[in-house]
Amino acid sequence: MNRLPSGVFNTSYQQDAQLFRTPVQRISLAAFLVALIAFPFVGNAYVVSLAIIVGIYVIGAVGLNILTGFAGQISIGHGAFVGVGAYVSAILVAEAGVPFLIAMPLAGLVTACVGLGFGLPSLRVKGLYLAIATLSAQVILNYIMNNWSSVTKGTSGLPVDSPEILGFVFNNDFSYYFLVLAVAILALLFARNLQRTRIGRAMTAIRDNDLAAELIGINLFRYKLTAFFISSFYAGIAGSLWAHYVTLITPEHFTIVESINYLAAIIIGGIGSVLGAVLGAVFMVLLPEVLRLLSDSLSGIFPNVGLFFSAMKDVIFGLIIILFLIYEPRGLNHRWQMIKAYWKLWPFSY
Amino acid sequence: MTPILQIEHVSLSFGGVNALTDVSFQVQKGQIYSLIGPNGAGKTSLLNSVSGFYHPQQGSISFDGQELNQIPPHKRARLGIARTFQNIELFQHMSVLDNLMLGAHNQLSAGVFSSGIYWKWAEKEELAARREIEDIIDFLEIENIRYQPIGQLSYGLQKRVELGRALALRPQIILMDEPMAGMTVEEKQDMVRFIIDMNEEHDTTILLIEHDMGVVMDVSDYVTVLDFGRLIGEGTPAEIRKNQQVIEAYIGQQ
Repeated sequence: MNRLPSGVFNTSYQQDAQLFRTPVQRISLAAFLVALIAFPFVGNAYVVSLAIIVGIYVIGAVGLNILTGFAGQISIGHGAFVGVGAYVSAILVAEAGVPFLIAMPLAGLVTACVGLGFGLPSLRVKGLYLAIATLSAQVILNYIMNNWSSVTKGTSGLPVDSPEILGFVFNNDFSYYFLVLAVAILALLFARNLQRTRIGRAMTAIRDNDLAAELIGINLFRYKLTAFFISSFYAGIAGSLWAHYVTLITPEHFTIVESINYLAAIIIGGIGSVLGAVLGAVFMVLLPEVLRLLSDSLSGIFPNVGLFFSAMKDVIFGLIIILFLIYEPRGLNHRWQMIKAYWKLWPFSY
Repeated sequence: MTPILQIEHVSLSFGGVNALTDVSFQVQKGQIYSLIGPNGAGKTSLLNSVSGFYHPQQGSISFDGQELNQIPPHKRARLGIARTFQNIELFQHMSVLDNLMLGAHNQLSAGVFSSGIYWKWAEKEELAARREIEDIIDFLEIENIRYQPIGQLSYGLQKRVELGRALALRPQIILMDEPMAGMTVEEKQDMVRFIIDMNEEHDTTILLIEHDMGVVMDVSDYVTVLDFGRLIGEGTPAEIRKNQQVIEAYIGQQ
């Protein structure tokens, strides 16, 4: 239900379709944007670098949410697709001398085509079976990254240049932050627009009821592949940004763990919602950092706690995710909507 | 009178079970055509063959002069064949409005890129579609539930939304599978009114499966009776009432 605050009435269909309807929404959005832009001026290098990683994960997670959340096709290959984007972009810039501004979308396109290929089984298999089919993408692509050493340099790692746009080199966290921010905003807007129009609706229809979707004239074949294409494109962009940020990429980063992290991010954030993917990505990146900070601060009081924490970190990480799934199964996005609804109706919530 | 749907010698079997045996009939344009018969007679199988889910082993089905056998289900929808189901097949997690907009899917043309940009092109198209959808909402009297997710609606309302989604396809024919099953008398009266209205106002042909004989005899122009996959009688409602074979199939021999 879209509840409007009292006194705001839609008098045209255009108003009803607006993403940011009320002045309060627009002002808070503007304030949030200003805060995002001001962030690197205020924050130290550590938090800015964290913000960059969050931004990259946001792009990747939104991409996966288009495939898994909108279209309902589970993929455990997303991490490998991010890897494809990273390698393609790095090689294009270093070997072929393609400018970064072209190499990034090109990396997205190449990844999208790879994703399209691995999306073909989705026409025949659904659900868990598709998950296993996409797992093969993960395994195959990671194997190629490891063993095609003449191109990828294998496990010794491929050095990547800092990106350069029109003569400006993004070689520090401060400038890179703005690059990631700009791409992330574009990616989010595109995904949100997709969700509320024809293409996104058709994908969601396939997720909810593929039989009925076919009967109202939706070509399942085409839209499933479209979902794979767009999702992998996002993965490619995220990979490209990642590669040029860390400046040394190895296949170890793009394993199944990465794919599972992305899946966890959209489940925790909220399947099928753009905001959910953002919240989930923020959660998944910041949680290990928060755990680490906690162990550091506690080690002053209990000397052995650092040792204990480093051993138990993954256990606690897993435990928190399980607790999340039990107590907030519909994701952070749902909780956020509930909070908003509560305040809109307060104090007469009946 | 021109036939819009022609079923010719259709036979359909699953393993050893013959769901349909040599069934032939024609639906004329603008008719309300009812298909009746006891449970398991093959009525739904026939509708599924027309929508393209089942592929009859023999015979042919043509729509508007065009042979359908090789056409996949989603293209049949584009030709103007809409469908409602016995067990409602709506998009449960989406709002009524989105469900109806999905019905208009093929009248819109925005691609991935223009949808993602939204501004100008896709927006214009979406708003135009919305205007048409609002006419359907108005016709079906579901203004107050347009933003509600399907899962929260009562059974009768869901049936109504499903009819709305079929209407949004701007169909030439609607295949309705028991639109009145499990409804209250009042909901049935509404549904009958919608069926008659869309038949009269838009000249939409309706192929109706229904068990409520009162409704069938009142609204139908023509009735066909199936039993165990065979056509056992056809005619106007008055003729069907007197047909000895039909009476036997329903009530048994004296």
